[in-house]
Amino acid sequence: METAKVDVIIEKYNGEASSLLAIMQDVQDEANYLPREAVEYISKKLDVPVARIYSMATFYESFHLEPRGKNICTVCMGTACHVRGAERLVEQLERDLDVSSGGTTKDGLFSIEEVNCVGACALGPLLIVNGEYHGNQTTNSVSKLIKKMKKNEGGE
Amino acid sequence: MAKIKTAAELLSYKEALLKKKKDENKKTVAVCCGTGCNAIGAPKVVEAFRAEVAAQGLNDKVEIKATGCQGFCERGTVVTIGDERLWYQRVQPEAVKEIVEKTVKGGEVLDAHLYDDPTTGKKCKTESEIPFYKNQQRLLLGHNAELEPTSIDDYISIGGYEGFVKAVDMGADAVIDEMKKATVRGRGGGGFQAGRKWETCRNVESDKRYIICNADEGDPGAFMDCSILEGKPHSVIEGMLVAAFAIGSDEGYIYVRHEYPLAIRRLTIALEQAREKGFLGENILGSGLNFDIKINRGGGAFVCGESTALMASIEGQVGEPRAKHIHTVVSGLYGKPTNLNNVETYANVPLIMVNGADWYLSKGTKGSPGTKCFSLVGKVNNTGLVEAEMGTTLRQIIFDVGGGIANGRKFKAVQTGGPSGGCLPESKLDLSVDFDTLWEEGSMMGSGGMIVMDDATCMVDTAKYFLNFLKFESCGKCTTCREGLRKLHMLVSEVSEGKGDETTLPMIEELCEVVEKGSLCALGQTGVNPVKSTLKFFREEYEAHIKEKKCPAGVCTSLITYEITDACTGCLVCKKRCPENCISGEKDKKHVIDTEKCIKCGICMDACKFDAIRIY
Ligand SMILES: Cc1cc2nc3c(=O)[nH]c(=O)nc-3n(C[C@H](O)[C@H](O)[C@H](O)COP(=O)(O)O)c2cc1C
Ligand code: SF4
Ligand code: FES
Ligand code: FES
Repeated sequence: METAKVDVIIEKYNGEASSLLAIMQDVQDEANYLPREAVEYISKKLDVPVARIYSMATFYESFHLEPRGKNICTVCMGTACHVRGAERLVEQLERDLDVSSGGTTKDGLFSIEEVNCVGACALGPLLIVNGEYHGNQTTNSVSKLIKKMKKNEGGE
Repeated sequence: MAKIKTAAELLSYKEALLKKKKDENKKTVAVCCGTGCNAIGAPKVVEAFRAEVAAQGLNDKVEIKATGCQGFCERGTVVTIGDERLWYQRVQPEAVKEIVEKTVKGGEVLDAHLYDDPTTGKKCKTESEIPFYKNQQRLLLGHNAELEPTSIDDYISIGGYEGFVKAVDMGADAVIDEMKKATVRGRGGGGFQAGRKWETCRNVESDKRYIICNADEGDPGAFMDCSILEGKPHSVIEGMLVAAFAIGSDEGYIYVRHEYPLAIRRLTIALEQAREKGFLGENILGSGLNFDIKINRGGGAFVCGESTALMASIEGQVGEPRAKHIHTVVSGLYGKPTNLNNVETYANVPLIMVNGADWYLSKGTKGSPGTKCFSLVGKVNNTGLVEAEMGTTLRQIIFDVGGGIANGRKFKAVQTGGPSGGCLPESKLDLSVDFDTLWEEGSMMGSGGMIVMDDATCMVDTAKYFLNFLKFESCGKCTTCREGLRKLHMLVSEVSEGKGDETTLPMIEELCEVVEKGSLCALGQTGVNPVKSTLKFFREEYEAHIKEKKCPAGVCTSLITYEITDACTGCLVCKKRCPENCISGEKDKKHVIDTEKCIKCGICMDACKFDAIRIY
C-alpha cells in the first residue's frame, strides 16, 4: 500500500494517536489486510510503537495480518445461524475450496472467514460473499455458488 | 438547507411537511430494506418499484420508501402499501409490475402476496390482522414502516426531536426527575436505572462530561440495536441529545459494531442531517446546548461491549476491562464523568419526554416498565424483530407472536441473554419476561436475544458453542476467565464426544463456581450461565452423552450414525452428493451408508427428498 494513501487516512483523523483503531480500520478497508509496511509507517507518523499497533491488531478480531483472497466467503457463526447448521456450511466450503476456515486458497482466489452475527439472524444460516448476503443457505446452495464463482474466475 | 433555530421553527417546519404531504397525497410503498430483507434481495425490489412507477407515469402519485426492518423478516421482502398498511410478503422483483398496476394504481388486493394465518386459515390484509404483529406493542419499532431512515423530514413528520424540545422546556433537573420517576432500566443487559445514572453523572464536579451510546451489540444472534439504528437512527440521536442536555455534556460517541455496515452508513447520514438542521452543533434549538456526536467502529471484540473496555477502545487502546472501584459515571472516558447507555435505552427517551413518566409506567411491569425489543430467531416459525410489553410471558412471545416451533417439531428450550444468559425449558415458559424474573431462574433478559430451540438441538452442544465463543472473546486479564473457560470448553467437548465419565460433571460444576467468583467483569462472571442452566434443566442429556454415549438430539457427531431407512426409493441422489463416496446402491434399490467411511456431514440427509435418512 502506498504511503500517500496512508497519509490521507491519517490526515482524516488529524494525525491523532487516539484514532489509532480507526486509522488501522481504514487502512485495512483500503488494502484488505494490515500490511507490515503500513503498520511501520503509521508507527512512525503517529509516534506509537509498532508493538502497540500489533497488540491492537491481534486483540481486535477484525484485523488480518496476511493478505486475503480475492473473494471472501464469510459464514455467520452467531447463535441463530449456529442452531440452524452454520457449521455445516463451513465444512462444505472447506471441502469445496480445499482450505480450512480462516485460510486462503493457494491461488489466492478464495478465503473462508467466520463472523459472529451480522444482524440478519432471521435468515440464518447466512453466507456472505464479498459483502453480499445470502440467507437460508444449505450445503447444496453453498456448493452451487462456489461452483459458479470458480467458473467466473476461469477455473475448473 | 436552512438550520432550525428554535422550537417554534421546528413546529412550523413540521406543519409545512405535513401540509406538503397532504397536498401531494402520494401513496406510500414502503419496501423493507433492513439487513434481513436486504439479504434476500430487497434492494432489487426497490429498484423494480422505482422503475415501474416511473414507467407507468406515477412518479407524482406514489412515494417509494426504503425502510428499516419492519419486523417479520422471515417473510421478506416485506412491502407495506398505503395509509391502510396493506401488507405484502415475500415480494420478488418479478411481482412488482403487477403490484404497481393492480394494487398501487387500481387498489386491488392481490391474494398471492397476503399472509395466511395458519391457525384460522384466513388471509390477512393488514399488519394489524397478522398474529405476529397483533400480539406486540411496537412503540419503538412501529414507525419503521413509515420512515425512510435516511430522511430527517420523515422523522420530524412523526414528531421527531419534539422530545428534546419538551426536555428543554422542562429544564435539566426536571428531565432527570422524569427519567427517575419512569424508572427506565438500561436495555443493554444490566437493567440499571438510567435516570439514576444520569443524575450521578451530572452531579460529579467536572469541566467535561461525555455521553456514549453502546451499539456494540455483542450477543451473537441478536439484532435489535442493529434494527433500531438502521430503521430509526434519529431516535437514538435524539435520546442522546436529551441525555446531553440533562447531564451537561458537549461531546458524544456511538460505538458501533463494525459488522453492521448498513447501520453505520445510515447513522452517518443521520448525523450529517442532524448537523445540517441544527440538531447537533451549537446552541441547539436555542437551548444553549452545544453537542455533537462521533461514530467509533468496534473492532470485533465482544468484551468491548463492557463499559470500561468500550471506553478504552474509544481512546484507541486495547479493550480490556478494568476494575470499577470508581464507576465510569464518575471517571470514564479520558478520566471524565461519562454516561453510557444502550441504543434501545436512548431510543426510549424521546417517547418518555413526549408522553411523560406516568404513561411509561403504565406499560410493562412494576419493576420493569415499558416495552422490550427481542430478536426472535432459531427454530421458531415467525422469526423476526419483536417488541413486547415487559411482563409478557415467554410462551406468548414464542407461540402467539412467534407462531410456535418450525417444521412441526417440539419446543425444547429458549435461550435468552446471549452468552451471559441461559436456556430455559418448557416448564419455564410461563415466566414473565422482565429483568428480575429471568435472572432468578439463572438466565438473563440480556439485551433481548431470544433463540428458540427444538428437540433437534443438543443442549451439550449449545453449552459448548457458547463456551467456545467466550473462550475466544475473553480478554485474558483474569486467569479464572481465560483458563477456566478454556478448560470448561474442553470438559464439555469431552462430554459431547462421549469421553466424559462420572467425574466430569462435578468438575464442570466446581469450575463454574471458580470462574463466576474469580473474574473481574461480567463476561467471566456470567459466562458460565449457559453451562449452568443447561446442567440444571437438561442434566439427563449430559448424562446420556456420558453413560450411554448417545446424543439424543442427534447433533454431536462423535455419537451419531447415519442410516438409510426403508423409505429409500433408490433415486441415487444421495449417492451422487456424498463427498466421501461412501453410499452404495443401484437405481430403484435401497442404498446403504458405509458407516466406517461416513464423515457425518449430513449432506445426504439434506439431499434426500423422501426423508429416508435418519440419525440414531
Ligand atoms: C462482556 C460484556 C459485553 C457487553 N456487551 C454489551 C453490548 O453489546 N451492548 C450493550 O448495550 N451493553 C453491553 N454490555 C453492558 C454494558 O457494560 C453496559 O452495562 C450498558 O451498555 C449500559 O447501558 P444501559 O444501562 O443502557 O443498558 C456488556 C457487558 C459486558 C460485561
Ligand atoms: S472476566 Fe474475562 S473478559 Fe472480563 S476482564 Fe477478566 S479476563 Fe477479561
Ligand atoms: S446469528 Fe447469523 S446473522 Fe445473526
Ligand atoms: S429486515 Fe425486513 S422485516 Fe426485518
